Amino acid sequence: MKDSLGNVQRVLVLGGTSDIALATVTALTRDRPGVRITLAARPGDRRTAAVASLVTVGLLVTEVDFEATDRTSYERAIASVFDAGPDVDVVIVAFGLLGDQEHAWQDIDAALELAQVNYTAAVGCGVLVGQRLRAQGHGAIVAMSSVAAELPRRSNFLYGSTKAGMDAFYTGLGDALASDGVQVLVVRPGFVRTKMTAGLDAAPLSQVPEQVADIIVAGLRAGRRTVWAPSALRWVMSGLRHLPGPVFRRLPI
Amino acid sequence: MHTGHASKRLLTGWGATSPSAATVLPAGTDAELSGLLATAGPRGVIARGLGRSYGDAAQNSGGVVVDMTTRNRVLSVDTQTALVEVEAGASLDQLMRLLLPLGLFVPVTPGTRQVTVGGAIAADIHGKNHHVDGSLGRHILSLDLLVADGTIHHLTPESPVFWATVGGMGLTGLIVRATLRMKRVESAYCVVDTERCTNVDDLLERMAATDDRYTYSVAWIDCLAHGLSLGRSVLTRGSSAPLEQLPAQLRDHALDFRPRQLATAPPVFPSGLLNRATVAVFNEAWYHKAPRERRGEIQSIAAFFHPLDGVARWNRIYGPRGFLQYQFVVPFGAEETLRRCLEMLSHAGQASFLAVLKRFGPAGRGHLSFPVPGWTLALDIPVGAPILNRLLNRLDEEVMAAGGRHYLAKDSRLPADAIAQMYPRLDEWRAIVRNTNPDRVFTSDLARRLEL
Repeated sequence: MKDSLGNVQRVLVLGGTSDIALATVTALTRDRPGVRITLAARPGDRRTAAVASLVTVGLLVTEVDFEATDRTSYERAIASVFDAGPDVDVVIVAFGLLGDQEHAWQDIDAALELAQVNYTAAVGCGVLVGQRLRAQGHGAIVAMSSVAAELPRRSNFLYGSTKAGMDAFYTGLGDALASDGVQVLVVRPGFVRTKMTAGLDAAPLSQVPEQVADIIVAGLRAGRRTVWAPSALRWVMSGLRHLPGPVFRRLPI
Repeated sequence: MHTGHASKRLLTGWGATSPSAATVLPAGTDAELSGLLATAGPRGVIARGLGRSYGDAAQNSGGVVVDMTTRNRVLSVDTQTALVEVEAGASLDQLMRLLLPLGLFVPVTPGTRQVTVGGAIAADIHGKNHHVDGSLGRHILSLDLLVADGTIHHLTPESPVFWATVGGMGLTGLIVRATLRMKRVESAYCVVDTERCTNVDDLLERMAATDDRYTYSVAWIDCLAHGLSLGRSVLTRGSSAPLEQLPAQLRDHALDFRPRQLATAPPVFPSGLLNRATVAVFNEAWYHKAPRERRGEIQSIAAFFHPLDGVARWNRIYGPRGFLQYQFVVPFGAEETLRRCLEMLSHAGQASFLAVLKRFGPAGRGHLSFPVPGWTLALDIPVGAPILNRLLNRLDEEVMAAGGRHYLAKDSRLPADAIAQMYPRLDEWRAIVRNTNPDRVFTSDLARRLEL
């Protein structure tokens, strides 16, 4: 159970090697060691390293195999975690692909893989986790969206389109589950220096995962439904949305 | 309000933190309550009274919460023996309104009248008279407990299950009825002495020296005062007023008890309204408003015991993020710990209205009953400041190192391992619960959080 200050006892990370998710788990449990964490991810070195990084901060970590492109895999993973009890306080939906955007919009396999992972699987997991948290009568979902979900841009519109769908789904899921005591926090980070963005040029207002994590934890504890990271991006995006198309398209973003 | 139908509702404790959803059912007859256990799902059942526990004690996320306030009849009153049998959902407010005119007062009252008898037993509540009269459990002659197999057991203090239930937070079973011994009074007034204490040493000295002259004793501490004024406080102590001490104009209506609710707080207060600045101004004004020393003042029971009951839903002034109450007791001899805790609180400047300090007398027999001999400090703190976690963790360590403990009816944030250390009879209690509640049909968010 979550306590009155937002300390938690059990967390599930779908996409358990995500840098932002791991930073979020660390920030969320900073004042309360011994929290149970389950990392759902593909088996391998990255998962092993993720486990090690959380064990060193005093968390009790377990692993479960999870493959976002395989419905059976994620159904089994989610069922096994919830069935093993006790209640899961927070589920972080952190899996996602960025890919080579310029290649992806011209290649059907690459495009559909992005849609499958970032949207279809995110919806599938949201439905399953939503059912479980609803039955518990409490809990929170952190859905890792992106500012790209708010506004399609030439440079990453395929990624943006998948996140836009995912973002809309989780925003609505939050409304649907509010009366069941379940909070859904949609997170819209800007550019974050992570494994996913390695090799890309940093955009303005770029940040590290720990900064995003602090914003997520504060948002969870304040009962928010949407947060931007950095927070100022909320107003930046709002401004950009109101620019005339020809002006917007000429911006170097 | 009670429609007789099940409804899914978000519930919180009085602190308005950590909402969770449950199916709320009004308590029906004994047979219906018993039948309900058979149909309760895997998330179980907990009783709820008037929702005055600060944390998650009367919440049961995903399960059933039985609203006991529909079972609020007073079943019998014996003015000769002062024994009263009530249904568990009867409130102390109700008992005072009904029985004060007969010269009977509740044996123990907390800072609010708006608690049910069932909830009061489950928390084994204490009042300002603990140093004299102990906690509520001592005044309960018997109780009827619905246990997991659907049978109702009539329990008396000879039974270990009785004492597992007194302070057992509703987890041994569902309290249906209880018989309690009321206290005889000649009036609905108290004779009150008020003293200002310049700091914590002054306060503790006065309480230790002369508390035994009074039935009721409480000190309100300004937690923001520091340095030489650390723990400056107003000590109010009194006893039930005998008839001959009342002024003539009150004597004819000495047992009248008609407290009025002055207002209801609207849900418009933002979180953060109560901050260091606003609370410091309030505390300053309050301290200087109190007389340096005043003896023999006549106060009504409502004014002396329940000043906050004048405003319904006063918890709303803390805003939507709510607040928590931090209450602990440390044994006599741990005065240094108390002082360090006050220093930490004052240093952190966490806005707290006045904190309340009381002296506990001998412990009761409840396995999980909170009071043990010593000093108990309680303060309300708004939720929101990021430093709160660390501050309260440090206070927890101080309390535990001194052999102290927290009050389950107030707690909303302790980790599970702390409870086992604070309540050495927890395993004994668990052994009894394994009999009355083997499959954990009776459970709550508090029980889940603390792994009770």
